[in-house]
Amino acid sequence: MDLKEKLVSSFMAFEDGLDLDHPVHEERSNAIKNFETKGFPTKKDEAWKYTSLKGLQKIDFSIFPKQETTLEYKDVKKYFLHDIDTYKIVFVDGVYSSYLSETTHDGVDVCLMSSAFSKPMFQQVIEVYFNKAASKDESLTSLNTAFSKEGAYIYIPKNKMPKKPIQILHLATGNEAALMLQPRNLIVAEDNAEVQIIERHQSLTGNEVFTNSVTEIFAGKDAIVDYYKVQNDAPTASLVDNTYISQKDKSVVRVHTFSLGGKLIRNNLNFYQNGERIDSTLKGITILGDKQHVDHHTLVHHAQPNCESHQDYKGIFGDSSTGVFNGKIIVDKIAQKTDAFQQNNNILLSDRSTINSKPQLEIFADDVKCSHGCTIGQLDEEALFYLRSRGIPKKEAKALMMYAFANNVLESVRIPELKARINKIIAEKLGVRMGFDL
Amino acid sequence: MLEIKNLHASVEDKEILKGINLKVNAGEVHAIMGPNGSGKSTLAEVIAGQEEFEVGEGNILLEGEDLEELSPEERAHKGVFLSFQYPVEIPGVSVTNFMKTAINESRKAQGLEDMPASEMLKKIREKSEMLEIDRKFLSRSLNEGFSGGEKKRNEIFQMAMMEPKLAILDETDSGLDIDALRIVANGVNKLRSKDNAIIVITHYQRLLEYIIPDFVHVLYNGKIVKSGTKELALELEEKGYDWLKEEAAV
Ligand SMILES: Nc1ncnc2c1ncn2[C@@H]1O[C@H](COP(=O)(O)OP(=O)(O)OP(=O)(O)O)[C@@H](O)[C@H]1O
Ligand SMILES: [Mg+2]
Repeated sequence: MDLKEKLVSSFMAFEDGLDLDHPVHEERSNAIKNFETKGFPTKKDEAWKYTSLKGLQKIDFSIFPKQETTLEYKDVKKYFLHDIDTYKIVFVDGVYSSYLSETTHDGVDVCLMSSAFSKPMFQQVIEVYFNKAASKDESLTSLNTAFSKEGAYIYIPKNKMPKKPIQILHLATGNEAALMLQPRNLIVAEDNAEVQIIERHQSLTGNEVFTNSVTEIFAGKDAIVDYYKVQNDAPTASLVDNTYISQKDKSVVRVHTFSLGGKLIRNNLNFYQNGERIDSTLKGITILGDKQHVDHHTLVHHAQPNCESHQDYKGIFGDSSTGVFNGKIIVDKIAQKTDAFQQNNNILLSDRSTINSKPQLEIFADDVKCSHGCTIGQLDEEALFYLRSRGIPKKEAKALMMYAFANNVLESVRIPELKARINKIIAEKLGVRMGFDL
Repeated sequence: MLEIKNLHASVEDKEILKGINLKVNAGEVHAIMGPNGSGKSTLAEVIAGQEEFEVGEGNILLEGEDLEELSPEERAHKGVFLSFQYPVEIPGVSVTNFMKTAINESRKAQGLEDMPASEMLKKIREKSEMLEIDRKFLSRSLNEGFSGGEKKRNEIFQMAMMEPKLAILDETDSGLDIDALRIVANGVNKLRSKDNAIIVITHYQRLLEYIIPDFVHVLYNGKIVKSGTKELALELEEKGYDWLKEEAAV
C-alpha cells in the first residue's frame, strides 16, 4: 500500500478516537477529501519542481506511534537551549512528554493543542483562529489538518508577554522503523503582545522520520513575534514545514530559519499582511553537505498599504547538496507604498552542488519599492589570498569567509544564547575552532 | 634576507616576470618603480605566494630558504607581509577580529599559545594610536566602505601588528593625503631595524622623501632594467621612463 492510501484509509480509525461533534471535525473531513483528491505533490507541480517526495512515499511509515517512550533529560539536554530558562513543550514520537516539558497558564497559555481542542475554556480561540490562516487548498497542509490533534498551543492575551522564551521540541526515538509525524501548532499573540519561540525537530537514531508540520501564527495589532526554526536534524530525517502567518496593523513578525542538517527540508513560509504599517522579516541560513536538500518557498502577500517586508536568505552548499529558493511577493492593487526587499545569496563549494534561486514578483500597485537580488558564486579567491597572506590557513580562511557571509543573518536574533548556539553549530559544521567571535 | 634569482612568472601563458634578480639584505629599504603594467604588483604577489601566477624558472629565497613550495600562510608565518595595492573588502569580519585571528594563527604555527587578550588589546591600542586610527574604525568590517586612504592606512596598521621580517608595500602612498602620508611613513620607519627589510613600490618620489631607500630599481616589461641609489628616483621624476625604455629596447 502506498503512503497516500495508507493515510487516507487510516483517517477513519484516527477519527474514532475523537469527538465527532467538535467544530474541528468538519475541517478535518474536508481536509482529508482535499488530500485524497490531490495526493502528494509531484515534480509536475510548479511549486515542487525541484523537490521530490517520491522516495519518502516508498517508505512504510508508521502513522501512529505504537508505544510511549520516556527519555531522560540528560540524554536529550543538548537539543534544548539549556543555558537559559524557558518554557518547554516537548513531544516524543509525537506524544506529549510532561516529564520533559514546562508549560504554563499564568497569564498566558503555553500548552498543548490536544488540550485546546478538548477543553471548553479554549474553544473560542480555536473557533476564531484554528485553520483560518492555513491553506485549504495545499494538499500537505490539508493532510496535516485532517490529522491535527497534537502540537503546541500558545496564546498570549492583549498586552502580555511570557516571562521567558518558549521552546517547542519534537524528538523521534527510532522505536518505529519509520515514523511519520504531523504536529499542528497554533500561536496567537493578541494586540500588543510579545513572544519568542524556538522550534526544533530532532531524530535520535538513524531510522527514517518524516514530519509534515503546520504552524499558524496570528499577530494582533502592535504584537511582536519572533520565531526561530532550528533545522539541524539527522541525515535520515525529512521535514515539510508549512507555516502561515497572519498579521494585523503595526505588528512585527520575524521568522529565522536555520537549515543546517537533515535529509530533505521543505519550508513553505507564508506571510499575509492584513493591516497597515506591518513589518515582516524572513531570514535564513542554509549550510548543507552530502546529498542534503533544502527548499525554501516563501510568500509575502502585501494586501494593505504602507507595509514592509525583508527577506534575507544565505546558503552555502557543499558536496552534492542541492538548494532551492523561491521567493514570491504579491502586492495587491491597494497596497500602495509597499516596501518589499528580498535577497538570496549563495556560495557553491563544490561543482556537484546546485542551487535554484528564483524571485517571483506579482505587483499590482504602482507606488511601491520592491527590490530583489540573487547571487550564486564561489568563495572569492582574491579575498582568500588576502586572508592567507596574513597567516590565516586556507581552511580557516574559508571558514572565516563563510562565517562572515552568513553572519549578518544572525544579527537580528534576539536571544543571545540562541545566537551563540547557532554560531557554534555553524562553526562545527565548517569544521573549525573559531578563534574569534563575530 | 631576500634573494630573487632569475624569476619568471606567468598567468594564462602570458609571461609577466621575465627574469628578475634582486637581493635585499636585512636592514635595507629598496624602492621599486616602473611604468604601469610593468609587473611590480605581480612580483609582490608572487613573493607573497599568490597561486594565480605560475612560477617558471628561478627561485625566491627568504633567509636562504626556497619559498617555492610554501603556501601564502606559511610565508606569512615566516615573516613575509604584503601591503596590497588594492586591499580586499571582507564584509562581516571586523578589523580587530581579523587581526586577532591572524596573529593567533601565526603564533599557533610557531607553536605558541594564543596571545593573552589583555596583551592583544594593548598592542591594538598602541599601534592604532601610532597610526592615528580611530578605535571605532577597528570594529568596522574589514575594508568595507573604507576610503582609498583609509584602506592603505589600515594595511600599515596590520603591518605594525604583524611585525614582519620582510614588508612589501605596493603603492601604499597612492590615495593618501599629505598628512596621512607622513603618518603612514612614520609607521613604516618605526618598523625599520637592522633585522628586517622593506620593499617599497611607488610611482612617486614624494614617499621616498619620508622613507629613504638604500636602493632604487626600475622594473620595466618584467625585468629590472636599472638600479641605483635614491638619486635615481629624482632622475626618474624629472625625466620619466622613456629614456629607460629606449635603453631597454637596444
Ligand atoms: N590575473 C591576470 N590575468 C591576466 N593578466 C594579468 C593578471 N595579473 C596581471 N596581469 C597583467 O600583467 C601585467 C603586470 O601587471 P601588474 O599589476 O604587476 O603591473 P604593475 O607594475 O603593478 O602596474 P601598476 O603600476 O599599474 O600597478 C599587466 O599587463 C597586467 O594586465
Ligand atoms: Mg601594481
